[in-house]
Amino acid sequence: MKLPIYLDNNATTQLDHRVFEVMTPFFLENYGNAASKSHAFGWKAEEAVDYAREQIATLIGANEKEIIFTSGATESNNLAIKGVYEMYAAKGNHFITVSTEHKAVLDACKHLEKLGAEITYLQVGGDGLIKVEQIEEAIKPNTVLVSVMYGNNELGVIQPIREIGKLCNGKGVLFHTDATQTVGKIHVDVLADNIDLMSFTAHKMYGPKGVGALYVRRKNPRVKVTAQMDGGGHERGMRSGTLNVTGIVGFGKACELARLEMESEAKRLSQLRDKLENALLKLEESYVNGSAEHRLPHTTNISFKYVEGEGLMMGIKDIAVSSGSACTSASLEPSYVLKNLGLDDELAHSSLRFGLGRFTTEEEIDYTIHCVTEAVNKLRDMSPLWEMFKEGIDLKSVQWSEH
Amino acid sequence: MAYSDKVVDHYTNPRNIGTLDKSSKTVGTGLVGAPECGDVMRLQIQVNDVTGMIEDAKFKTFGCGSAIASSSLATEWLKGKTIDQALEIDNMDIVEELALPPVKIHCSVLAEDAIRSAINDYRIKQGLEPLVAEKSHH
Repeated sequence: MKLPIYLDNNATTQLDHRVFEVMTPFFLENYGNAASKSHAFGWKAEEAVDYAREQIATLIGANEKEIIFTSGATESNNLAIKGVYEMYAAKGNHFITVSTEHKAVLDACKHLEKLGAEITYLQVGGDGLIKVEQIEEAIKPNTVLVSVMYGNNELGVIQPIREIGKLCNGKGVLFHTDATQTVGKIHVDVLADNIDLMSFTAHKMYGPKGVGALYVRRKNPRVKVTAQMDGGGHERGMRSGTLNVTGIVGFGKACELARLEMESEAKRLSQLRDKLENALLKLEESYVNGSAEHRLPHTTNISFKYVEGEGLMMGIKDIAVSSGSACTSASLEPSYVLKNLGLDDELAHSSLRFGLGRFTTEEEIDYTIHCVTEAVNKLRDMSPLWEMFKEGIDLKSVQWSEH
Repeated sequence: MAYSDKVVDHYTNPRNIGTLDKSSKTVGTGLVGAPECGDVMRLQIQVNDVTGMIEDAKFKTFGCGSAIASSSLATEWLKGKTIDQALEIDNMDIVEELALPPVKIHCSVLAEDAIRSAINDYRIKQGLEPLVAEKSHH
């Protein structure tokens, strides 16, 4: 077993060697511009892009013409939200989204508010999930778009996308989903889910960084977004810029591998995740954050009460995870996603997110269980809060000197 | 962010973790910070009421590595000092000793607050006036 162990696969994933192999010829030999229509270099690049587009479309049940290449999911989210706002300005200016979305969605919405949009931010329940009735109640005659993420990056919880898609379809409202963490992990079908626009990216599914896609539905309804960059009118006029052929080729291969392997992978990873989770929940006062039922197979987010997340990460330095603790961010604020679950700041400070992946082994999980258990026990021995808890003191009754 | 070797050393081998009898008249206890801020330090001193010398110091900290190291270092420095000498410990001395980066300066401030708070608790127990000039960095 090689150290350190990587359990931060919701941040990014290791490039699959099989993906790397299909990409290599496109660095040095096949360097043509896919938009060059007049010579063999361009044709070869275009052919490779077309093939990748098909591999990608097949994974999500789309037509290849519905795939718009971008630089990644952040750009896809921006293009979807700002592009719909501009394109459908005549229809209305009301958008509905959820408070636990990724910043790329929330900040794009905030940007639109400054331009005159009206945004409804729905609150999730304690399990991190939104109810379809909340969306139904929020829809108004001037509602243009509902944007709800598929699987949450911090918690892994899966929103009721199919029900939301059905609702939006019936109401004539466009539906966008940020499926960055979901595509390639579990089966996603844009037709069955009634998705109109969907953001996803290669580097979360063992593909390269710097390439993503926005699915834009072409039929029932035909959806268009206003381009957010001016230029050569690539990607059916929705996203200008020379295509990242090498990246796209890798993205295509990553989607093909995901399509063939994700079912067995999801099973394997959920077993490993459950093993990790069950072992760590044996520690007193540890809790899973978010719904354990509606969840991606490879993610778990656990709070270890009375232990601070960053201090804990320092104690497990051979294991790469991420924490909702304030200290890990420059803002000194704990994770807004965890706070939105109604979690005490204290519990939010005490959380770790484990993101398993294709290259995670059982041996690594066993080692992780051992290290985390040891570190939590060590830090609790030096935690004044743990001592007070053990003495039966209600921490809420203590007058803290906030600083 | 990489931690300095000294922070890692204090985190890995914390000095003087523990609890003194907070009901004793010769023990001063300082509890500073708040759980929702992600930092709570409890620092205790055992004072010889004849010589005014700090004979023992213990801490427990909920917080990041820098917070743990700051309080661990503070207990090391406190032992063998008089109350007056202890009051001279400045948070910037801790910053310097542990090579704390700017985002971690608040950990040293908290440690200094904990020292002053423990001394105050001791003074009150001894029937003395609490220190008025609480240094405020906030």
